[in-house]
Amino acid sequence: MALLEATNITKIFGGLTAVNDVTLTIEKGSIVSVIGPNGAGKTTFFNILTGIYKPDKGVVLFDGAPTAGLRPDQIAALGMRRTFQNIRLFHNMTVLENALVGMHTHLHAPIWNIILRNRSLRLEEGKARDRSRELLRFVGLDEKRDELAKNLPYGDQRRLEIARALAGDPKLILLDEPTAGMNPNETVEATNLIRRLRDELGVTVVLIEHDMRLVMAISERISVLDYGTKIAEGDGAVIRANPRVIEAYLGKGAAGNPA
Amino acid sequence: MAKSTPQTGGTGAWDQLVGLIGRGPGGYVFLSIYTLVTSLLLLLNPRTNLFTDIVFILFLLLILAIYRTKVHVGFKIALGVITLGFVMPYFGTLNPYYIDVATQAGIFATLAMGLNVVVGFAGLLDLGYVAFYAVGAYLWSIFSTPQVGLMISGATPIPSGWFYGFILLGLTVGGVFGVLLGLPVLRLRGDYLAIVTLGFGEVIRVLAVNLDKPLNITNGAQGIKDIERPPLFFADPLRAIFSSFGRQLDNNQLYQIFFYFMVLVVVLITILIVSRLKNSRIGRAWTAIREDETAAIAQGIPLVRMKLMAFAVGASFAGAMGVIFASKQLFINPPTFDLLRSIGILTMVILGGLGNIPGVILGAVLVTLLDLQILPRIAEILRSAQKAGWPIPSAFDPTQYQRLLFGLLMILMMIFRPEGILPEDRRRQELHEEDEEIVEDAAEAEAA
Repeated sequence: MALLEATNITKIFGGLTAVNDVTLTIEKGSIVSVIGPNGAGKTTFFNILTGIYKPDKGVVLFDGAPTAGLRPDQIAALGMRRTFQNIRLFHNMTVLENALVGMHTHLHAPIWNIILRNRSLRLEEGKARDRSRELLRFVGLDEKRDELAKNLPYGDQRRLEIARALAGDPKLILLDEPTAGMNPNETVEATNLIRRLRDELGVTVVLIEHDMRLVMAISERISVLDYGTKIAEGDGAVIRANPRVIEAYLGKGAAGNPA
Repeated sequence: MAKSTPQTGGTGAWDQLVGLIGRGPGGYVFLSIYTLVTSLLLLLNPRTNLFTDIVFILFLLLILAIYRTKVHVGFKIALGVITLGFVMPYFGTLNPYYIDVATQAGIFATLAMGLNVVVGFAGLLDLGYVAFYAVGAYLWSIFSTPQVGLMISGATPIPSGWFYGFILLGLTVGGVFGVLLGLPVLRLRGDYLAIVTLGFGEVIRVLAVNLDKPLNITNGAQGIKDIERPPLFFADPLRAIFSSFGRQLDNNQLYQIFFYFMVLVVVLITILIVSRLKNSRIGRAWTAIREDETAAIAQGIPLVRMKLMAFAVGASFAGAMGVIFASKQLFINPPTFDLLRSIGILTMVILGGLGNIPGVILGAVLVTLLDLQILPRIAEILRSAQKAGWPIPSAFDPTQYQRLLFGLLMILMMIFRPEGILPEDRRRQELHEEDEEIVEDAAEAEAA
């Protein structure tokens, strides 16, 4: 069953067609990668899915319902969460608080309960903390829960961003270059973590990535964008053999004469 | 607003001092002696002079010392009740000037805490905050005086017993005005937001000046006088208590103590509400918006609703306090609510420590003391020195230079301590309260 169906998505900025008639279907429980050279429109495509940009053409169906007309926070509340290419944590909040903010859509205590700090509030807060710590443990950050996010090392910040996204109990998580700037060791750890998101938590994963080893290792399906257009789609072997993909990455002529 | 704030800057000096006194019994002895000495000095020497000024400031700083020193919570509460509940009001009957300063400090502490919700928590710079204070003040002023008859012909002033209802009404109306301000500025950030809020504050003030015709609502620039005070609760028992200490109180003295306690209660309630909000889903959402709006939205935080809520909550404290202020002051006019007042409250928030509740209260108390006490006293000393033949040019009028000194202090403060006196230190978030001490001990061991 398709969890996300983006059909004929087009987005034009001035004279530039950033995303051109892209169709993408994500099956529930899969790990899908969107790759492409810099400026291919991958992040713009993510921003359309999450509602930050409105597409000029095309329809996005999330879990069977169209997301047109919904604000980004409403789409997030439906269970579509993301991380950012350039990490966007709440720097002056603790690790635990960052995760708690991720749970915002699951907390409903009205303001008078907060002011009275009554039983139902304490119960809700207690549960939220338990759940947040569970997720921090999942990504391996529980020990550092009281540290400020800005004081975490780079790799931990990436993991915290994932934990924060998980706190919203998402059906779909969009990871925008989760291993950018990581060394090979950290990349392996990140790969394992991404796989565990799906295997242990049942979250469907879409990632934008440049690291081909990671992409080939974990994605069941790969879509390639170039100049805003989807030029190829398929599993790792298909993509590797596709001449247009090789051309997009290595330049014209590269596909014709494999060295 | 300072980008790089050291995390533990505020606590260092005090911890060192307490470290010198020693842990355990040291704190108890220190606080007891501090309380005893300052209280006795105040009660034995109640005249208004420089010496009493200094003791009074030390006495107010005692509250901070009680808050910061590591002693049993029960001991802290006991000392708080003794100092603020007994010594201060009794001293107030001996010298009405100082308890008025304390009451004003409390009023501003509440306002600063309210503004801190908007500026400190949610990061929305508001330069027109005093408008909500004005709304609350005019609300009670109009309806408790014959002014209401000029607005609605035939209407008579509301009985003074309604005062308490009007505090709640002020709270609500303040909140509504907060939303009214919030709606047009939702898309604005930073400088633009500051300018629109500044304009809003001026609009309210100018309305207060000009709404005397065609229909006389605010009585214009003349202001409203003879504002009703609430009926005194416990007047007779209060009088009896004080007369058993040998103090016969007239009505005005009783009202002073009455307002002092009322403000004290409001301050305590405000602290409770604001700190609970801060550590809730709402407070976390505000902080998230302050830190990174885009990331906050991605967590499903509805930006519009949370920003409006910050404006409404912040404004409601000002609205409620406005009612109390008008009633205490007996007279209000538009200049009371000018831009300088908004800036003054913002100064308290930033000087004390943006976002940090104890810091903001300290900022409010210090700025109030500076304004009402320290600077006028310095001017007075300079003037008498001038008269005594010191080489100060006669063209120099010290009272004119109070604001200059104030500005200088602010500049120095922002250069040397831009994060405020007590910066926000993110406290450990604990799952269970009983873990708190263990973790704290562990952290100390780690630091050592």
